[in-house]
Amino acid sequence: MALINPKKREVQVKVVYYGPGRGGKTTNLEYVNQKFRKRILNEMVTVKTYGDRTLFFDFLPIDIGKIKGHSIKIQLYTVPGQVKYNATRRLVLRGVDGIVFVADSMDLRREMNIRSLQNLKENLETFNKNIFHIPLVMQYNKRDLADEGIPILPMETMQKDLNSRLRAPFFPASAVSGDNVAATMKKIIALTVGSLRKKLE
Amino acid sequence: MDFTIDFTKEQIESIEDILQDELIDLGVQSVILMDLAGNVIVNLDSGDSSHDVFSLAALAAGNYGAVSAMANIIGEQEFSLLFHKGEEESIHFSKVVEDLLLLTIFNKNVSLGFLRLKVAEAIKRIQMLI
Ligand SMILES: Nc1nc2c(ncn2[C@@H]2O[C@H](COP(=O)(O)OP(=O)(O)OP(=O)(O)O)[C@@H](O)[C@H]2O)c(=O)[nH]1
Ligand SMILES: [Mg+2]
Repeated sequence: MALINPKKREVQVKVVYYGPGRGGKTTNLEYVNQKFRKRILNEMVTVKTYGDRTLFFDFLPIDIGKIKGHSIKIQLYTVPGQVKYNATRRLVLRGVDGIVFVADSMDLRREMNIRSLQNLKENLETFNKNIFHIPLVMQYNKRDLADEGIPILPMETMQKDLNSRLRAPFFPASAVSGDNVAATMKKIIALTVGSLRKKLE
Repeated sequence: MDFTIDFTKEQIESIEDILQDELIDLGVQSVILMDLAGNVIVNLDSGDSSHDVFSLAALAAGNYGAVSAMANIIGEQEFSLLFHKGEEESIHFSKVVEDLLLLTIFNKNVSLGFLRLKVAEAIKRIQMLI
């Protein structure tokens, strides 16, 4: 639910990083926060429990410059991935304009990725949104684990499990090293803002 | 993409006038009109505070949503008073219409009773505009 302020000529757009617990959503935002310091006016807000798990959300506003004379503010959020936090997860989704689904490439997390995607679909439905109609990017995170000899899911398996029907743009990534973190973000911003242009004519 | 209530420039200016007149001129430090997605629609302050309004709005939207969900669990429609009192500054939340919230930050020089009265008046005037 983007907001256009015709007086300040400013647009606010909400992008949410979704996915299973410990998948690397917060790590994505932390990387962006470091890498794009000069576009970020305020501190990153995080609501965490101990052990660094997200309790409510992380929040990072980033300025991407102007489109048709309007300055565009992208509000990046993460949800808490743990299954038990569904009520708060749903609150964060309110008014979402674009989604990055951060899947965990670890072999052991295969089932959790599938369940989290199903949960996303259901939560969107409670806001009358259809997962097929909202800008979405898939990120297959933690590809670096292969270097440490930890078994990871082949990309094809992840594509088949998560993206065979959605056919969203997808990126293999490593949020700890920053691999494809910026590419993922740029892609979701491009998709989301693309649908804004007409409105700003 | 769908949009929050579309505000015209004129509407925003009228809302700013109301908030200035009802709240800022009476000593309130800052007011934020926002939606429940966490977007800031109007933000005014008395000039001597510089809060991070975008973060405040994101947290307020989450907080308001969480409190409303708690109300539902115990069988209430909503809690009518949402207020956090600090040593120096306090925060008051009020629903304007479905999906819109008014957040007020004020200090000890303004009493809660008076503030609530003024917020109610401001909200009534804003409702007539949208
Ligand atoms: N090896 C590796 N570890 C990662 C990667 N991304 C995140 N991690 C680690 O995985 C753990 C969880 O990362 P978070 O970013 O906190 O995960 P999250 O998705 O925010 O988790 P919740 O807040 O519980 O939903 C942390 O220890 C990270 O350092 C990655 O690309 N590679
Ligand atoms: Mg997290």
